[in-house]
Amino acid sequence: MTIEAQIKEYIAKNLLFSSDGFKYSDDASFLEEGIVDSQGVMELVLFVEENFNIQVNDPEIIPDNFDSVSKLAAYVRRKSGAS
Amino acid sequence: MCGIIGVFNQADEKRVDKDILLQMLGLIRHRGPDGFGIYQDERVSLGSTRLSIIDISGGDQPISNEDGSVWIVFNGEIFNYIELRPSLEAKGHRFTTNSDTEVIVHLFEEYGAGCLKYLNGQFAFAIWDTQRQSLFLARDRLGIRPLFYTEKNGQLIFGSEIKTILAYPGVQPEIDLHSLDQIFTYWSTLSPRTIFRDIFEIPPGHYLMMRGGEKNIQSYWSLDFSPGKTSPRSVQEYQDELEALLIDATRIRLRADVPVGAYLSGGLDSSTTTAIIRNFTDTPLDTFSISFSDPEFDESPFQRQMAEFLGTQHQVVYITHEDIGDLFPHVIWHTEIPILRTAPAPLYRLSELVRDNHYKVVVTGEGADEFLAGYDIYKEAMIRRFWARRPQSSLRPMLFNRLYPEISHMPNSQAYLASFFGAGLLDTQARDYSHQIRWRATSRAKRFFSSRVSDHLNRVDGAAADEIIYPPGFDDWDALSQAQYLESTIFLPQYLLSSQGDRVAMAHSVEGRFPFLDYRVVEFCAALPPALRLNGLVEKYLLRRIARKWLPDEIWQRRKRPYRAPIHRSFVRADGSTPDYIEDLLSPASLKAAGLFNPEAVQQLLMKLKSGKRVGETDDMALAGIISGQLVWRLFVVDFQRHAPPPIRYEELRRDCSPQSVVAGGQHAV
Repeated sequence: MTIEAQIKEYIAKNLLFSSDGFKYSDDASFLEEGIVDSQGVMELVLFVEENFNIQVNDPEIIPDNFDSVSKLAAYVRRKSGAS
Repeated sequence: MCGIIGVFNQADEKRVDKDILLQMLGLIRHRGPDGFGIYQDERVSLGSTRLSIIDISGGDQPISNEDGSVWIVFNGEIFNYIELRPSLEAKGHRFTTNSDTEVIVHLFEEYGAGCLKYLNGQFAFAIWDTQRQSLFLARDRLGIRPLFYTEKNGQLIFGSEIKTILAYPGVQPEIDLHSLDQIFTYWSTLSPRTIFRDIFEIPPGHYLMMRGGEKNIQSYWSLDFSPGKTSPRSVQEYQDELEALLIDATRIRLRADVPVGAYLSGGLDSSTTTAIIRNFTDTPLDTFSISFSDPEFDESPFQRQMAEFLGTQHQVVYITHEDIGDLFPHVIWHTEIPILRTAPAPLYRLSELVRDNHYKVVVTGEGADEFLAGYDIYKEAMIRRFWARRPQSSLRPMLFNRLYPEISHMPNSQAYLASFFGAGLLDTQARDYSHQIRWRATSRAKRFFSSRVSDHLNRVDGAAADEIIYPPGFDDWDALSQAQYLESTIFLPQYLLSSQGDRVAMAHSVEGRFPFLDYRVVEFCAALPPALRLNGLVEKYLLRRIARKWLPDEIWQRRKRPYRAPIHRSFVRADGSTPDYIEDLLSPASLKAAGLFNPEAVQQLLMKLKSGKRVGETDDMALAGIISGQLVWRLFVVDFQRHAPPPIRYEELRRDCSPQSVVAGGQHAV
């Protein structure tokens, strides 16, 4: 499963509680679309740390990395490649 | 304080079966266990359950005028009844009791619907004028006391609580999906809706006049923040005036023939009212408060400090997560509406403590946050407007850190603060600008709606926010006043004074009294320069200046802490266990039968909670809303008969009046 697909599945299940998947585009802003709240961002951090086995550093928790499926996937790829 | 019921025949002239009235009264015995009475003729039936507070021996209800042509059942208090009486006597009215109830009867005879403007109090009442054949239902200005009605088969059926209406033959409760949508937006329905279809409330500050088949609902008072209503004064003069008003508002709220206690939350508002009672009256005082096992919610050190400082006899009820989970079904039986919070549960337990100590009346601090601007939502709106003037600024949104420390603990909080509070930032002309962030966040919980509900809402309804009715001149008010208006006409009456106020207090026959909700105080505050309410980011500025004379520094300087109670840990404990009723209530079969929430989504939420994963605000609100929504369905739609308490027995009636009972006061004993 692609990184994008894993992120979408996690969000659909744990943040949207939706059984029919993630119905937004990969570029949709999580905050603008109301997909996550402040707590949701922390949930996402935990998820990528556990699921992709990466360490998220504080300065990296910014909308540029965490505010859409594509941004988050790109971030995960960068981190995985770098580590 | 009491409960009332009634039925009005619009067409037929047929007496309502007495057993039905006794059943309706049985459902609100908790509101007034001290005495029951009814009045009946061919057109109208009235009923009362009385909690005797003023004129204990003479104040039984229903009460009539001198010749038995005007009859009243009354829930509440008229605090200025002593001042109103002499002028009525001078006009020739003869009083047979010392009750505040009788004052309303004679005022109504004198002024008709115009009587309302003379009343300073918290009330809901019904008056039947046998000569004009008119029924008059009225509710206090701010919505402290409840009054609901429905129309069915040519009859108007009304009562202090919805359950009395549901007991009437032919009334079938049905969850109103549009109301559910409102609750999952505003935390409550908008008046006059209730969660039940075709059952409405009389809105705060309104009356309903019924004559023949004609129904007329009118506003007699509304909150007005128009500038320039008073001449400018110095800050000191404003302060002195507010202080005098607050002292008088508290003083007349101690009028009772039973002892009066006080709730002490540990915050500025209830500390102020308690200090006024202590400093300006001779009333011996017992105080009551809530402490939580969960330190995140506990305020007991401040409460103890205040109680010691004021030398009150202080009692505390200790609340655990388990208590809240276990009490919740009882609480929803009383709120009669889904709620997105659990905060009413501890207050339900608190009123029990008060009753067990033989108190019937408590003074509390409600209203200061609304009218003197104590809430964070006002500051949030101010910061957003300040930031919107320079949207590129990265410093301005950092002010949100001061409001929401839980977010400021996040790494890079400023980047996120900007994103959370930046939605709709430049739309400063929007009338609901102050509340957009909250309503939008709450609406996230709608993702749990079943497809039946979402489809219905998509098909039938437009955006919920379009339904708010704004008063004339609203657009000319300052931004703070606009925010205060929304808060004081939606959250205050529809949730705070009802689900978290009247209902959980009256569940144990306890009456709350609120000096900050005296209409003179409210009107004064609404006319204050905004900067004396919210000064920079200092909330309740003028009140603090007053309170510092009476309170320890740590109390009057304390930043406002909202009263909250734990949610998810009350329903899913650390070991993953839940209160007994949850499993069945949230089973896929029950969820499907109710048709309100999506069973798979709810299962996902429960799994998430049981896994011990991080839980957000949306999850919390959704969980409380789902459980309480299911409870409303179970208690009122499916199983109402099983949960209904027994009727009042005929022998319990102190009064059984008819048009022949012509003498007022004390003469109608059965």
